[in-house]
Amino acid sequence: MFKKILIANRGEIACRVIKSAKKMGIATVAVYSDADRDAEHVKMADEAVHIGPPPAAQSYLLADRIIAACRQTGAEAVHPGYGFLSERASFCEALEREGIVFIGPKVKAIEAMGDKITSKKIAAEAGVNTVPGYMGLIDDADHAVKIAGEIGYPVMIKASAGGGGKGMRIAWNDAEAREGFDRSKSEAASSFGDDRIFIEKFVVEPRHIEIQVLADAHGNCIYLNERECSVQRRNQKVVEEAPSPFLDEATRKAMGEQSVALAEAVDYQSAGTVEFIVDKDRNFYFLEMNTRLQVEHPVTELITGVDLVEQMIRIAAGEKLDLRQADIGINGWAIESRLYAEDPYRNFLPSIGRLTRYRPPEEGRHGDHVVRNDTGVTEGSEISMFYDPMIAKLCTWAPTREKAVDAMADALDRFEVEGIGHNLPFCAALMQHPRWREGRLSTAFIAEEYPDGFENAAPDPQTAGRFAIVAAVLQRIADERRAGISGARFNQSNEDMRTRRVAVLAGADYPLSITQEGDAFTVTPEGGKAVTVTTRWRPGDRLADLEIGGERHAVKVERAPGGFRLRQRGLDSRVMVLNPRAAELNRLMPEKAAPDTSNLLLCPMPGLIVSIAVEEGQEVQEGQTLAIVEAMKMENVLRAEKRAVVKKIPVKAGDSLAVDEVIMEFEK
Amino acid sequence: MQDILDQLEKHREQARLGGGQKRIDAQHAKGKLTARERLDILLDEGSFEEYDMYKTHRCTDFGMADTKVSGDGVVTGWGTINGRPVYVFSQDFTVFGGSLSETHAEKICKIMDLAVQNGCPVIGLNDSGGARIQEGVASLGGYAEVFWRNVQASGVVPQISVIMGPCAGGAVYSPAMTDFIYMVKDTSYMFVTGPDVVKTVTNEIVTAEELGGASTHTRKSSVADGSFENDVEALLEVRRMVDFLPLSSREKPPVLPTADTPDRLEMALDTIIPDNPNKPYDMHEVIAKIADEGDFFEVQKDHAKNILCGFIRLNGSTIGVVANQPMVLAGCLDIDSSKKAGRFVRFCDAFNIPILTLVDVPGFLPGVSQEYGGIIKHGAKLLFAYAEATVPKVTVITRKAYGGAYDVMSSKHIRADVNYAWPTAQIAVMGAKGATEILYRSELGDPEKIAARTKEYEDRFANPFVAAERGFIDEVIMPHSTRRRVLRAFEMLKTKKVETPMKKHDNIPL
Repeated sequence: MFKKILIANRGEIACRVIKSAKKMGIATVAVYSDADRDAEHVKMADEAVHIGPPPAAQSYLLADRIIAACRQTGAEAVHPGYGFLSERASFCEALEREGIVFIGPKVKAIEAMGDKITSKKIAAEAGVNTVPGYMGLIDDADHAVKIAGEIGYPVMIKASAGGGGKGMRIAWNDAEAREGFDRSKSEAASSFGDDRIFIEKFVVEPRHIEIQVLADAHGNCIYLNERECSVQRRNQKVVEEAPSPFLDEATRKAMGEQSVALAEAVDYQSAGTVEFIVDKDRNFYFLEMNTRLQVEHPVTELITGVDLVEQMIRIAAGEKLDLRQADIGINGWAIESRLYAEDPYRNFLPSIGRLTRYRPPEEGRHGDHVVRNDTGVTEGSEISMFYDPMIAKLCTWAPTREKAVDAMADALDRFEVEGIGHNLPFCAALMQHPRWREGRLSTAFIAEEYPDGFENAAPDPQTAGRFAIVAAVLQRIADERRAGISGARFNQSNEDMRTRRVAVLAGADYPLSITQEGDAFTVTPEGGKAVTVTTRWRPGDRLADLEIGGERHAVKVERAPGGFRLRQRGLDSRVMVLNPRAAELNRLMPEKAAPDTSNLLLCPMPGLIVSIAVEEGQEVQEGQTLAIVEAMKMENVLRAEKRAVVKKIPVKAGDSLAVDEVIMEFEK
Repeated sequence: MQDILDQLEKHREQARLGGGQKRIDAQHAKGKLTARERLDILLDEGSFEEYDMYKTHRCTDFGMADTKVSGDGVVTGWGTINGRPVYVFSQDFTVFGGSLSETHAEKICKIMDLAVQNGCPVIGLNDSGGARIQEGVASLGGYAEVFWRNVQASGVVPQISVIMGPCAGGAVYSPAMTDFIYMVKDTSYMFVTGPDVVKTVTNEIVTAEELGGASTHTRKSSVADGSFENDVEALLEVRRMVDFLPLSSREKPPVLPTADTPDRLEMALDTIIPDNPNKPYDMHEVIAKIADEGDFFEVQKDHAKNILCGFIRLNGSTIGVVANQPMVLAGCLDIDSSKKAGRFVRFCDAFNIPILTLVDVPGFLPGVSQEYGGIIKHGAKLLFAYAEATVPKVTVITRKAYGGAYDVMSSKHIRADVNYAWPTAQIAVMGAKGATEILYRSELGDPEKIAARTKEYEDRFANPFVAAERGFIDEVIMPHSTRRRVLRAFEMLKTKKVETPMKKHDNIPL
């Protein structure tokens, strides 16, 4: 076994690899760029080597630097993580020349699977299902019908030069195939000036399901069942799970065996993933093979109990796989949510900056479920513009899918991330989505269910009722505490006054009564049933853990005028808690339209324009950088306050501006 | 007997109706509450005790003898906020447009006198068309009586004004002399002369909102200390503010029990200072991580944003915070920020509120407009305020403390009690680059030499230890332990006592 390995990566995956290495008694070497000087992976590793400036192309992607770091520290092997150099054959070759072991597959396998066309060919030869299609061009409508018949309907008729849906037709029968061919051809001719047409199988309601394989250098190869990654946003996986709610045992076995066949065909040695597209009738077709550890590997680890990183290291060290196919089962259900620094309320615009608050839920076993959080950040870390904006991978495991989903919803409610925009509310909302809960997924799930993006919805009646109760309890605790202020000379209220409250949220009143006995509260909504709530929340706590009518709830809490801002399950509401008189008066307050933000970007201070980040006519998103102004030798980033189109930019970089001078004008 | 009792109830009912239902409805239609409704929100339920409910004016000119309304356009008395007593007046726009008559003023004066005598804050809810024109000079006299009392009460009891409607002409000068002014967005405005007069005199065309709305006064003029969305929110937030303040200068600030632990560590503060000295960070985060429960009641948050002022609590006790904000103008001192912080420091000192100063200041803002605007005198206000303040003063230098601004920001030399610095502190006459360019002017042509000189200067001064060697800094502390260290320092200073030279009063550079 190796004595020392180097991890040629950063962030959560570097930390993840270091954890397994430590467990195995292997010393670890981290590498870091200037931007990662104080990063977690650097702190966790036994040694760390600086490899260059922040841009990955000048640090993490430089094979020479990595190799130099190995020589400098005496690391015998390199784990590449994912991304960066993990699938670069030339890197493996370079390591090999230096006598350093690459913890991953051999060059041949990487090269074979790295090319889309070659990999498809090898897969087909190995007996793996590939998307049926006609590799050649279609001559005429009759030809199209013939080919379509051979492939089997439905088929996709598409222009060779196609894109953006143009020149694309789906045909379910001969007539449609004939018509589709003609129309695609003419559309292709007019749109692209290229009327060449292909036909391939159209996959209905496609799901993304992948098989994890492990193979050693001794000819042993097993599959560790599947992961489903159908919940994607613009081809970026958001939520993954293992097993898939869609596969039956026969399909699973067929996919597993084909994956093993493919791995064996390329003499695969390490952990790898074979990705499939699966249609609504459980026909599956090979997409590609990823010759590295996948981001979503933890869900497989949670249901199989296998430490994939450990296995990769052992295989690389030449050990024999001590797992047999029969050892691999499916124990329970695991779900992963990828937390990205992307603001769901601003069209998922990347949001960089400092994590002013970062408190993940407690890891480990909680009753019948398990929480795991793979991360490379801590409170105070910077999410930098140079790298992938992933903050953490939150995983939950439970005996059943339903319980794992509930555990994920709860874990997300307990996950505090502040300082930057992030997709946690979106993931939390997803966990409540009926289609997700039923497992009726396809890769178009997010696009179909959130066609206009994600917005903070008004809470449903049940949540609103619960928020009203929660806010009333919190306000009661805050009021009782306030009554303890020094110098309070007058008995403030009688019990009757303290009992009657009105919670106000989303413009509606929720009259209720509340009484307290220690940490237990009885809340009775007007016309409703009494609910017992217990909580040990104290003013200032940002997370309230409540038991409401026997159900546990975690709610994020912030003080707001007259009450609180409550966040739970992807909903974000302001709730006031007033006495009945104040609530009556509050109803007289006018509804105000959103403030009319000006269509001008004004210079907030006297300073020098360092750069203008946008152009006239460009559409900008809320939060997008517009310009940088330097004042007092400091750079201030000016961002768009709302989505807008830039109309005019009367200034240029290098201009010196006075306060309130116009930097740019937006379309009204 | 019952008849007589019933008569009282009838009198009261009539008085409570103010200008009548029609005018009450009109007030509501404008999105405003009536004078009494406002008090229902401001004060603890059922705690209001009204005085002079039946008082009426004595004017007989212009037909006024026939139009008398009980209360005469202002509701006065006292009530409690979380059990602590406050005196209040609330102008009633439904009665003569809330205009101020001699008797209206008398009512205000009565509760102001009681407030000073009994050591309780005065909260005024302003909603008035101005002077009662029918009364002429009697009304003006009434204003001046109020003004005089504002001055007498200043520094004795906290005075808070909430502008909840018009406040124009001479009427503005009573709120102007109180400690804090809050406004309600869209429904309040303040100006000395209105848009019509402005147009006649200067040909400037401007709306009342542009001239004296909440946005104008919280951002541009700094007349107001904050603004709120509507009446209810404004009054609820004033309640929250009162919880920070002592009832009078005869008292220590209040203590609010808290579950927040005194020795809470904040590891993230160890990474808040960016590697690049020209990169800003948000001082709000530092304040929130030091404060009990992260609770910061910011004052003038929309004006002179390069300095932050407001109240926090440490171990339950109120502390005033003044902090340079590197996010805006690099946190430099300029005219506006000096005035803003100077006034805040003086308020804290007047009411026994200890002051925490967080320093990251590159110096004073250079520029013609600053010099023409009198930065010398305005900057001196903050210096003066800090130097004369005798309340406990604790200072933490987080990063830059350059030049004269170092002296101003509650340095040891002007009698701060405890001065801490983070290891990232740089206490020097100026930044290394600027210093080198002056010291080694002859070598300016040689970038290598200059770089070496700059490095030399940095090594020598870009740290807190030179100042610590001289005792200007008492201790260099870990950022993560700032809350604990500062909290303990203030606890230690609770028994601070200083003697100042006898004087009538000082002469701060106004």
